[in-house]
Amino acid sequence: MEAALSLFIKSIFVENLALSFFLGMCTFLAVSKKVDTALGLGAAVVVVQAITVPVNNLIYLYLLKDGALAWAGLPETDLSFLGLITYIGVIAAMVQILEMSLDRFFPALYNALGIFLPLITVNCAILGGSLFMVERNYNFGESVVFGLGSGVGWALAIVALAGIREKLKYSDVPEGLQGLGITFITVGLISMAFMAFSGIQL
Amino acid sequence: MSKNRDVFLEPIVDNNPITLQVLGVCSALAVTTKLGPALIMSLALTAVVAASNVSVSLIRNHMPGPIRIIIQMTIIASLVIVVDQLLKAYAYDISKQLSVFVGLIITNCIVLGRAEAFASNNPVWPSFLDGLGHGLGYSVVLIVVAVMRELFGSGTLLGYPILPTVTDGGWYVPNGLMLLAPSAFFIIGLLIWAVRAWKPAQVEKDQYRIHVVHRTEAV
Repeated sequence: MEAALSLFIKSIFVENLALSFFLGMCTFLAVSKKVDTALGLGAAVVVVQAITVPVNNLIYLYLLKDGALAWAGLPETDLSFLGLITYIGVIAAMVQILEMSLDRFFPALYNALGIFLPLITVNCAILGGSLFMVERNYNFGESVVFGLGSGVGWALAIVALAGIREKLKYSDVPEGLQGLGITFITVGLISMAFMAFSGIQL
Repeated sequence: MSKNRDVFLEPIVDNNPITLQVLGVCSALAVTTKLGPALIMSLALTAVVAASNVSVSLIRNHMPGPIRIIIQMTIIASLVIVVDQLLKAYAYDISKQLSVFVGLIITNCIVLGRAEAFASNNPVWPSFLDGLGHGLGYSVVLIVVAVMRELFGSGTLLGYPILPTVTDGGWYVPNGLMLLAPSAFFIIGLLIWAVRAWKPAQVEKDQYRIHVVHRTEAV
């Protein structure tokens, strides 16, 4: 339990996907002009991340890993090279299923998230989460915690940036630095603030 | 012929994928602490964009519209797997340093963006040049950032000492911040500023222009 909590905190603050691994930057910079939309996208990322990382974990452990097919009588098969294409397929399928079931059962939420859901398929934070899960050899329990934590961390970062950018609109930024330039520098400062969390352990 | 040259040269400065189009920023920031991995990453991405543009362009007339994104994703994913396996076979150390970022070329917006926006409705040769140009535009930014970070962060380039550091008896005190995440954001932010100062056409409009009141007007 303590280890799980520690991993959760670590994946939110210390190893924040957006601020220390630069994942999902394209959407992070493009969809952070308003707090409302940032919240919507953040929620969508949390949900998708919390589903895809554990699912990919099961696929990796029972189908792709070296010797994972032993239960099917093929103990020497190593399919790990198929990893990338499998994960992206799973992510695309999961996003599609999520979209359809939200449309059917929670139309209000579907309308709120609408545009962002398909975008998430090509968000590197989602694929990155699955790849980190494989690289760090998480078991199923850890992958659930990591998926949830890293999604929450990414959502936190984008909401924080959107909050700052809403105020930044009114400031007098030097010409040429307006827009993208100042946003990068803001993200740099947020990332520096998040560095204060490094080394924290529970 | 000059049209092809424009297709190739435009993305390098005038329409750079990173500083103007904000595509493919993730990996540009993450692999630039050292020049070596940044070079390999640039090479890998350029190869993937060029090859995916050629493949998409070849089958552009046979692709059914509604499922084209899936087809493009499959092509890109297969190409990235090839690059990943090649790196693991011939440059294992670099491949370890790049860790997940080679795999993340799949979700690099430059690749899918070019396949969708250019290759799916242009002939093969211009598509190849477009892919190459965007790959090089990405590489230029990556290399500039990596040179700055490695030179000022550890005083070396490609591992060879350029600025002798204090620990080795020299005079240069390495700037540790350069090796950490925030510096990448700062350098790209400043780089964008520099490019826009050079090419004023790229400056974004202010959302709310502050009205400057001169003293004479106020009185």
